[in-house]
Amino acid sequence: MGLGGGGFLAGHQLAEASEEGTGAAPFYGPHQAGIGTAAQDRLHFAAFDLLSEDPAELRELMRAWTVAAAEACAGEMVGSVNDVPLAPPDDTGETVGLLPSRLTVTFGFGPGLFEKPGLGLAAKRPAALKPLPPLPADELDPAEVGGDICVQACADDPQVAFHAIRNLARIGRGTVAMRWSQLGFGRTASTSRSQDTPRNLMGMKDGTANIRAEDGEDMERFVWVGSEGPAWMRGGSYLVTRRIRMLLEVWDRSPLQDQERTIGRHKYSGAPLGGSDEFEPLPLAAERNGHPVIPRDAHVRLASAAENGGARILRRGYSFTDGVDESLGELEAGLFFISFQRNPEQFVAIQRRLGSMDALNEYIKHVGSALFAVPPGAEPGGYVGERLLA
Amino acid sequence: MNRDLVRVALCAAVAGLLALTAAACGSGDETTTTEVEVERQTSPQVAAVVADYRDYLEENADELVATTEPFVAAVVAGDLAAAKARYAAPRIPYERIEPVADSFGALDPKIDARENDVAASAFEGFHRIEKALWEEGTTDGMAPVAEQLQRDVDALAAKVKGVELAPVQIAEGANGLLGEVSASKITGEEERYSHIDLVDFEANVEGSEAAFEAVKPLLDESDPDLSGEVEAHFKAVFNSLEPYRTEDGFVSYTELTKADTRKLAREIDALAEKLSLVPAEIASAE
Repeated sequence: MGLGGGGFLAGHQLAEASEEGTGAAPFYGPHQAGIGTAAQDRLHFAAFDLLSEDPAELRELMRAWTVAAAEACAGEMVGSVNDVPLAPPDDTGETVGLLPSRLTVTFGFGPGLFEKPGLGLAAKRPAALKPLPPLPADELDPAEVGGDICVQACADDPQVAFHAIRNLARIGRGTVAMRWSQLGFGRTASTSRSQDTPRNLMGMKDGTANIRAEDGEDMERFVWVGSEGPAWMRGGSYLVTRRIRMLLEVWDRSPLQDQERTIGRHKYSGAPLGGSDEFEPLPLAAERNGHPVIPRDAHVRLASAAENGGARILRRGYSFTDGVDESLGELEAGLFFISFQRNPEQFVAIQRRLGSMDALNEYIKHVGSALFAVPPGAEPGGYVGERLLA
Repeated sequence: MNRDLVRVALCAAVAGLLALTAAACGSGDETTTTEVEVERQTSPQVAAVVADYRDYLEENADELVATTEPFVAAVVAGDLAAAKARYAAPRIPYERIEPVADSFGALDPKIDARENDVAASAFEGFHRIEKALWEEGTTDGMAPVAEQLQRDVDALAAKVKGVELAPVQIAEGANGLLGEVSASKITGEEERYSHIDLVDFEANVEGSEAAFEAVKPLLDESDPDLSGEVEAHFKAVFNSLEPYRTEDGFVSYTELTKADTRKLAREIDALAEKLSLVPAEIASAE
């Protein structure tokens, strides 16, 4: 690492002692961080196009990115040249004096990477890594779809997440170009029992039934790729992103009862309709006056494992806003949905049902979409994706 | 680079002038800052770098004077069509050597300021005339502005001929020119009335390449990999401009799509990222 200055380094070492909020999350390990990690508060996600078809250049990129990501996650400055007056500093500097803030950096490979003849990866492509099929209620903007490589940076400090993406983009300049990126200002999922279920921009608790990292068996069963995948993907996962624009003005005008029936939960307690506790089981079979208590088109019913053949996914999304919708003058805001699953089919099956039947569709549009194969984690001295690219 | 040989030769050359250098000559690999500075100022290689780039500056300064003259004549004569046709020619040499012009303080804003860069009453030079020709569709009132432009351009050319340069400054100038491309050419702000921004774009990159080529012999010895990468990226940038070339220049900036400018910006960024590493390499020359 470069010259950080004594006070700066001392602050980082102190911060590492604590685990919540400001400390350092381990970068290296069997799984990449940022999946099972308790969801941080902020996100900066970027999708890149690969400009080169030279396998050596891609290896060098992943090697350099791995080193830089590990430095950033440890709260260190990126690179070694940070104090030469005539040279631009390797690190852009905006996190000097900030704490590591549980930064995680997670890399994934898009389907397009396996279609570049020069890279010679076609034979290593997992059968599961097909572009997502057209799904009902898709209104995708090509500028917000796909990408050859993704980087998900999550941290409890937004500037720390931004710094990671900015510095990786800079390191990759000439080899990759950023295709799209998304800032998320607030987590909408809890992925640990230690976290409360946050509210999305509709004011609802959504994701109460999410998989928690503590549920090791569920993580193995639904999130981590096992022996069914190619060797280089074992211990990895598939990452789906959906940029979901919420029509908040319309939502805000709908009566409380309609909002609750749309989701299938009470707005303030988060309890299933008719219940009083957030974590009560969904009374999917219950009826009142001949009608189901949880309506047939309620979001929680259609998304539930019980109605999806037991299929579950790990949700890890973030609320976003990007200013004003140019053509409507409305808030350009919504949910940047992120899910991790052992096979993308888990997401596709659930979204097929949601896209065609969900009462929520009246208030949302899916405008961005991407799928990435997230390889397992790296060991110190190695790099993410090594088993694919070596 | 065989530094020992160079150092011995240098020490012999300058020992009579600088006792300090002579004292440093026997110190093996230990190099003091003073010694490096002396070496840079006196090595034949450094002298060649500076002379090369000085020739380039002078050629372009002469071309600037020579191409401004017919442009000014057309404006003074009130010949709108000729003035528009002759506008681009002096922009090219100017944009190639702009960082040097910029170093003379007051002259650059007089020659090249854009509207809003300066107070309305001080808006003069190329872009004031550009606005009259394209936006107002007339040369009316522009004769004194054109004559002042000629005087400023002549003064600039005279100053360029006396300028003192060091290789590090030349390398920094190469970066400055790419900064110009990123900040105002790729955005279409520089030539906002005539839309000949791609002409300026190419001239900035040509000037940057000339500055880089001048210091390249020094870089080849300290970091040949970086040198090769920078050269390859210059080629890529020039190639990316080719689709937009026309018989007498380039398509208007207004014909570019967002995807076009995004691709051009991407090539410039990739080059600039590598080129930004050159000045420190030149300074250390290790």
